Order: sequence, then structure tokens, then C-alpha cells
Amino acid sequence: MSSNQNSDLINRRAGKPHTSMFLRMLMRAAVLRRGRAASALLAMVVAAAVATAMLNLYVDVQAKLRKEFRNYGANIVVVAKNGQELPADAVNKIDAALAGHGLAVPFAYVVARTPDGQSVVVSGTDLDQVRKLDSWWSVTAWPNASHDALVGTLAAAVISPQGKSFDLSFQGRTIHLNPAGILRTGASEDSRIYLSSKDFENWTGVKPSTIEMASSGSSEEVNAFIQELSQALPTAEVRPIRQIMEGEARVLGKTRATLAAAAVLIIATAALCVLSTLIGWVFDRRRDFAIMKALGASEGLIGGFFAAEAAALGAVGAIVGFGIGVGVAEWIGRVNFHAPVVPRFNVLPMVFVGSIAVALISAVLPIFLLRRVQPAMILRGE
Amino acid sequence: MFGRLVYESFRRQKRRKLLAGVAITLGVGVATAMIAVATDIGDKISRELRTYGANLIVTPQEDTLDVQIGGVDLKPPSDGAYLNEGDLPKIRGTFWHHNIAGFAPMLPVSVHVGNDSAANLTLLGTYFSKQLTFGKEDFRTGVRITHPWWKVQGAWPDDNSSDVLLGENLAAKLGRKAEDEITVAGQSHRVVGILSTGGAEDNQIVAPLGLAQQILGKPGAVRRLYVSALTKPEDALARRDPKSMNPEMFDRWYCSPYVASIAYQLQEAIPHSHAEQIRQIAQNEGTVLSRIKGLMLLVTLAALFASALAVSAAMATAVFERRGEVGLMKALGAGSISVAALFFAEALLLALIGGVVGFAGGALLARQIGRSIFDSQITIEPVLFPVILAIAVIVTFAGSAMAIRRAVKFDPVYALKGEA
Repeated sequence: MSSNQNSDLINRRAGKPHTSMFLRMLMRAAVLRRGRAASALLAMVVAAAVATAMLNLYVDVQAKLRKEFRNYGANIVVVAKNGQELPADAVNKIDAALAGHGLAVPFAYVVARTPDGQSVVVSGTDLDQVRKLDSWWSVTAWPNASHDALVGTLAAAVISPQGKSFDLSFQGRTIHLNPAGILRTGASEDSRIYLSSKDFENWTGVKPSTIEMASSGSSEEVNAFIQELSQALPTAEVRPIRQIMEGEARVLGKTRATLAAAAVLIIATAALCVLSTLIGWVFDRRRDFAIMKALGASEGLIGGFFAAEAAALGAVGAIVGFGIGVGVAEWIGRVNFHAPVVPRFNVLPMVFVGSIAVALISAVLPIFLLRRVQPAMILRGE
Repeated sequence: MFGRLVYESFRRQKRRKLLAGVAITLGVGVATAMIAVATDIGDKISRELRTYGANLIVTPQEDTLDVQIGGVDLKPPSDGAYLNEGDLPKIRGTFWHHNIAGFAPMLPVSVHVGNDSAANLTLLGTYFSKQLTFGKEDFRTGVRITHPWWKVQGAWPDDNSSDVLLGENLAAKLGRKAEDEITVAGQSHRVVGILSTGGAEDNQIVAPLGLAQQILGKPGAVRRLYVSALTKPEDALARRDPKSMNPEMFDRWYCSPYVASIAYQLQEAIPHSHAEQIRQIAQNEGTVLSRIKGLMLLVTLAALFASALAVSAAMATAVFERRGEVGLMKALGAGSISVAALFFAEALLLALIGGVVGFAGGALLARQIGRSIFDSQITIEPVLFPVILAIAVIVTFAGSAMAIRRAVKFDPVYALKGEA
């Protein structure tokens, strides 16, 4: 080896001081002690995955449960003000305002008479929409032909006990109806008869007076929507169905709070798991620490080395864990709500920073403890 | 000798034992709290769902057709059949009376207000929070329990007085406010509050049941009865027709708090009545409840998994740190089995101590969660204690098994040289 080459090497090393050695140490530490590094990484990945899944669920559960709550039916009702009519385009206006985030169904009502003089409420509506809005209605068969009627169970007992067709009259005009199905709800619908809007308008000429709608969204969104509608429809009264709105808000709030408590507990446990594994891992390598120190490395450099190692571990763990956690959240969504939980990427920075922070704490803590110990003591195995 | 080894190990390695013990305690604590919350959440959410109001309605058997649009009665409410108010406390005698959160009778009467005989309004008689007695038991019930979304500005009337509430729209129309007088059916009554419900009651007068019966001239009459009951979600058995069941199946159906079996029992308790579930409330309750329960179950599994992992990690680290000791024991002639037995005995001891402390901590945590979120206690089943303890021991063993196996296999020469 000539002096020329030697000076060349010295020059090269001076050119990029320590960097390659630093990286090499990092890499070799991970490769040579695969078992311990892998178990630390595993703990990191699992913790990040659990944290991601819980945070995703927490963010998404509101939307999921709200969808379930929409099965309760309408949460807003629009009624024509006294002596006024709903504008003919009210349903179109509402549909435009809902923009797909809900359902609006118009109802028209009259009191008709049976041939023997009984009064009965008849309603004309869009039966296909009602079927979606009021999914709890128990119906033997939904009518689909013209002059088919959906008859409430109490009304059926009075008007067509044997399921025969019957006549109804309203202001001198008579309609012949065929009871296609029996409706059971346990509420006032049981004593009514429902027709399709086409049959109803041909017979009575009465326009819808009530629009029931289910709007998905938080209570603030629903309230804003009610304000907007009242301005758009000055002849109508728009009001929330408080029974539905308040029940929903309460149950949602409590469920979210419980889930938040669970998330905090679970994430804390996962962080603890990482902390104990990583502290064990770093503590185990006190010989490396002692050798480095004996060879003249500064404390800053050693601290930096272990910190860089931990940070790299945290970063890799967070990214892999995020992927797995999103999968777990999606699976829970599918199993429980029959709809996948949408991955929230705004959770990623939180998980990322959290993982690195926990990793750094668990690396720096043992270093801090070992700093006071003489390297010779560690190397002697005490 | 074995006992001494274990004892000395705990005495001399306080820090390490403490770390492993803390991990087990925390893991068990979290698991206990989550299991307790998950087993009780159904009951808690069920109670919250009662905010939706009554899920059962009881009407007279020979009921006439309702002629009602948007909550406004269009036929003279005075005709038709009635239930007897005296039968209502019998609801407390039904099999599932503990599940009946409350009930409220309703009696609509059409009345004239003031001197203007044309103004035909509905006066609704009901219980607000009426004191009733069944047997030796006193209880309170009324719309304040069954219709929690009713809000009153002013005060609620006393059930034995003849004070009334005015619906907010009606009050605005008549220009009355709380503490005014109003003449109903020729008599003057005090308006104690303005009622806001977001429903048909906003245009009505709401009064104690006794007053409505007096105006109608039918003491003891009740038009319908709303019952709010805690129910179990429907399953295959609940959907069957009770008439087609064999006696054994019928007993099982009767003794389950399904909404249909509670309706059946209400019909038994109140003569000449027909009880029906209010499907909007009753059906959806089951869906929401099972979704939330399912969610909490899965979350609890995640919690159990995370705590199992934390315990395993702590145990593995604790065992791994003691390779030197293993080497020494083996060099002195201990067999693999006796070394492993020592570690497992230590793990068992740690698991038992950690399990007991963790269970107590978890129980406290669950109580705290119950109190701060649901304003009520979360009950912890005593049967949970042995289960939790068993889980703690199994998880601790499983967590240490791998590490112990590796430690025992290790060549004592290397272990003693410190070249692990």
C-alpha cells in the first residue's frame, strides 16, 4: 500500500466524515441482531396498527351509526302553514337542497267515507320512497298496480275484513280500491289507507300538504338545513322531529365517548408494550454502548446513534402498522356495519409522530441511565 | 430450595419484578375495564335509547278508527272505548316489571277556550310524574319519563292539581304565557308552563289526567297508554307466533324481554286491552343496539390483544435479561426442566399478584367510565374475577414460554461469558 493511496483514503474520509460509518453501524446493528430487532419492530408495528384502527374507528363511527339512525325515518317535517299550500315545486327544491344526503317524501291526506259512513284517513304518497324512508313498516305486500292500496291493520279490520275490494268516496267522487297489502306500525298509520300519488290525485285533486324527510348529517348540519329550507319555502313550516333528533344525539354522544375511553386505554397499553420492548432492546446493547464509549465516541454521538436507530424503527413500524390498522378498521366496519370504514389519512401523521416519539423516549431513557456507568464496568459484565 | 430460589429472586430483583408486574397489572386492568364496559354497554345504551320514547302502545280492544292527520284529531274524541285508569298500576305486577322504565296514559278531550265557543281545541290529559302504588311499592311515572324530549318553560303541573300546560304554538296564538289564567270548558285554570315538543302537542293544552276525565265526565277513562320498556333485540324465537309454540318454547319466549312478549304480558295485566309495539321505535332499537354491542365487542378484543401483547413483551424482556443466571444454574447441574419450572413459578406468582391488583384497578376504571359517561354504575360480575385471573396466567405463561425456551437452550458457557 503506497503512501499515495493512504493519503487518498484519508482525503476521502475527511470528505464525508462519519456519515457512511454511521449508516453502516445502523444497518449492521439491525442485520446482525435480527431476532431482537425484529421483535422490537413487531411490537412497534402492532402498536401502530392498533392505534390506527382505533383512531380510524373513532373518526368513522359517527358516520356509520348515523346511517343506522336514519332507519328511524324522518327527522325533519315540512307542513303547509295554516290556510296555505305547499308550492308545487317544493319536493324538487328540497331534493336539490338535500343533494343526495337524504330522502324527502311528500304526503297528501284527505278524510274519505266508506259506503256505510265510516270516516277514514286516506293518504297519497310515493310508495317506493316511503319503503326506503320508513323501513320499519311491516307490510305483507307492497302495492304496485293501479288502484292497489296499502291498508293499515285497524282500517282493514273495519273496511275489508275478508280482504275484498272496497269503495271510498271523497266529495262525491268514488274510487274502487283493491287491498294489496296490510300495514302494521303500531302508530296512527294503522288506521289509514295509503295510495300511490297518481291514483290519489286523479281521485281527489288534493296536493301534498306534508313532506317528511330524513337528512343525514350532524345536528348542526340538520339545523342549518332547516334554516335554509324555511327561507326557501316561506309558506311552509319546517321543523325538526325532536324525538328522533334528541335520541340520536344522546346515543351517538355516549357511544363516541365510550369508544374514546377505549381508544385511550388501548393506545396507552400498546405504547407501554413498545416502551418495555424497546427499553429491553437498548438496555441489552449496553456492550455496544460501552465499546463505542471506550473507543472515544462522544456521548452526543452515541445518543444520536441510538436515537436515529429508534426513530428509523418508529417510522418503519408506523407506516407498516398504519397499513395493517386500516385493514383491521375496514374489517371491523364490514363485520359490524356491513360497510367498510373509509381510511382516514389525516390519522397517519398522528400515528407517525406518536410512534417516533414513543421510540425516542424508550431509546433515550436507558442511555440516560447508562451514561453514569463506566464503560469498563459494563464490559466486565457487571 | 425451590421456594427459596423464587423468594430470593423476588427479593433481590425488585426493579425487574416491579417492571414486569406493572405491565401485567396494567394489561389486566385495561382488559377488565373493557370487558366490564362491553358486557354492560347493552344495558346502558338500551337505557339511552329510551330517549326515543315509548316503544309500546296499549289501546282498548274494541277501538274505533283514528281519524288523525298530523296529530290533529278530526273526529269527536269522545266516542270510542276506554281503558280503566285503575288497572294501570297492575303493570308493576307483570313478569318484566323491572324492564318497564315508565308509562303514560293519554286522554284527549275536545274543549272550548274562553268565551269563544267556536275555538275547538284538544286538551290532552296525562300523567306528568304521578305517584302510584302497587302492593307495597311506590313509584313515579308519566310523560317526563316516557317523553323525555318534551321541554317545559316554567314549571310542570302537579298531577293532583288542575293546572295546565299550553303548547308553544297555541300559547303564541292565544297570547298567553306562564302564570296566566285560561278559561277551559267554562272553568278558570292556571297556566304553569309553556310546552314545546316539536309535535302535535305544540297546538294543544296538556293537563293532568284527572282534569281531562272531569271535563269528559268519565272518571277513570284512559284513551291509550304509552309504555317505555327495556327490550332485547329480536331474534328467531321473537319472530315466531306464540300461538304456534310448544309449552316449553312458550315459557322461554314469555321469560325473555322481547318487545312482543312484554306486549303480551301488558295485555294480560290490563283487561280488554290490545298492546302493540310501536315499530318505528321498537324495531330500530334492536338494530342500533346490536351494532353498538358488536362494535364494543370487537374493540374489547383489540384491547385484550393489546394487553396480551404488552404482558408478553414485558415477560420476554424479563426472562431474556437473566440468561447469565440460567447459565450459572445449568453449570451447577440444573436440568432444563427445573430451570423452566423456576421461571414458570415466578411467572405464575407475578400473574396472580398482577391479576388481583389489575382486576381491582380495572374495576375502578370501569366504574369511573360508567359514572362519567353514563351517569350510572357499571356492575362488575363476580364471575369475571376467576376468568380474568385465568387469562392473566395463560397470557403470562404464553408470553414467557418462548423466552424461557430460548434461555434454557442457551449454552451455559456463552451465557456466562456474556456473549448472548
